[in-house]
Amino acid sequence: MLSVQDDTMQGSSISDVSTIVYFSSVSGNTHRFIEKLGRPAQRIPLYSTEPPLHVDEPYVLILPTYGGGNGRGAVPKQVIKFLNDEHNRSLIRGVVTAGNTNFGAAYCLAGEIVSAKCKVPHLYRFEVFGTPEDVMNVNEGLDRLWQQ
Amino acid sequence: MTDTDTKKSLLVEAINWNRIEDDKDLEVWHRLVNNFWVPEKVPISNDVQSWGTLTEAEKTLTMRVFTGLTLLDTIQGTVGAVSLIPDALTPHEEAVYTNIAFMESVHAKSYSSIFSTLASTPEIDDAFRWSRENEYLQKKARVILDFYDGTDPHKRKIASTLLESFLFYSGFYLPMYWSSRAKLTNTADMIRLIIRDEAVHGYYIGYKYQRGIEGLPQEQKDALKDETYAVLYDLYENEVKYTAALYDEVGLTEDVKKFLQYNANKALMNLGYEPLFPNTAAEVNPAILSALSPNADENHDFFSGSGSSYVIGKAEATEDDDWDF
Repeated sequence: MLSVQDDTMQGSSISDVSTIVYFSSVSGNTHRFIEKLGRPAQRIPLYSTEPPLHVDEPYVLILPTYGGGNGRGAVPKQVIKFLNDEHNRSLIRGVVTAGNTNFGAAYCLAGEIVSAKCKVPHLYRFEVFGTPEDVMNVNEGLDRLWQQ
Repeated sequence: MTDTDTKKSLLVEAINWNRIEDDKDLEVWHRLVNNFWVPEKVPISNDVQSWGTLTEAEKTLTMRVFTGLTLLDTIQGTVGAVSLIPDALTPHEEAVYTNIAFMESVHAKSYSSIFSTLASTPEIDDAFRWSRENEYLQKKARVILDFYDGTDPHKRKIASTLLESFLFYSGFYLPMYWSSRAKLTNTADMIRLIIRDEAVHGYYIGYKYQRGIEGLPQEQKDALKDETYAVLYDLYENEVKYTAALYDEVGLTEDVKKFLQYNANKALMNLGYEPLFPNTAAEVNPAILSALSPNADENHDFFSGSGSSYVIGKAEATEDDDWDF
């Protein structure tokens, strides 16, 4: 499932000191976007039985928005758990979210919440698993962000 | 074997929600339950005055759009979602389909409450007659029903996802357009609830499609992919004609087509396929996107530096007890 087409890969050859941390549910849409970026990335574990993720370098968080209109449950539990680790939280530099405008006011709400809680910019939003334009924009944006 | 023996050999299994085979079933079930609503809670009668400000052509268009949507929801509630139940891989998946089927019937009923609040019986009857006689609306219904009647469970999910995530949008455009002009705003609120439901349905059925074809031989996967693009393109061409039949008179056809392409892409993505139309999101009328999702027009391309009014999100909702740093 969810094979990635090589011709859409936008692999970056610069030496990334900083990475991406991401969460993707079993539907794998966000995972697919990450594969297209072709950058180093660490996945927040799906199940609580897996060892928790600890990071030691600055990262941009990429996550999908869960939940419906009233905003409850917008941020996946696994991401909350990851950010509740103070060391992990201290290294976040920005957030990118996946969603669907058809969710109305909840569109990419998870990014708004993380941005407000962690005081980092909500850098970009894309729908489902992102278009080729989204992959290009995020890769170029990350290159510039880490050069600053 | 006697009949009694046969009956004894068939074990009847009770659904056990404490033993979930696919977490997505439970997650989507919760999401659908949290999103539950009924049309009686939306004060459509507050739109009566606004309805009076529409021209006759605009009223006719609106009625026709809603009869078209009623037809699609009728198909999905009574045939489409129900036809997916026997194909379900888990008992929880069956349960989610029954929820989807019921909500489609709620949607179909919602349009009737709009009609009865805003229009007269002859006007309603005229609009239903138009739907019955419009060849493009009948064609899209026929294409989808043929998939549902067929023997291939994967194709049923393709049809269902295209219906949920694409075919509704020639109709959904109009209440978003009215909303962007501060007209029929309560009706638009109700349509947004329907759009939210359809978004979850399309996501879930598309996900189940991807799981379902995972283990198939590559040739079969390729054939399904080719067929998806072929039927989508066929339906798109038909949608363009349907759109022209509805919207030419008010001059909105081109704007609706951009919205169709944008949603066709998302329908494909729900099925796990790459978008067909190039860079559609950028071309959708921003007023329509903003009516759909109130924060969609805010500039979040922070990377590009072109955002004029970027602010860090104001949301302060507390998610959970452990979300307290």
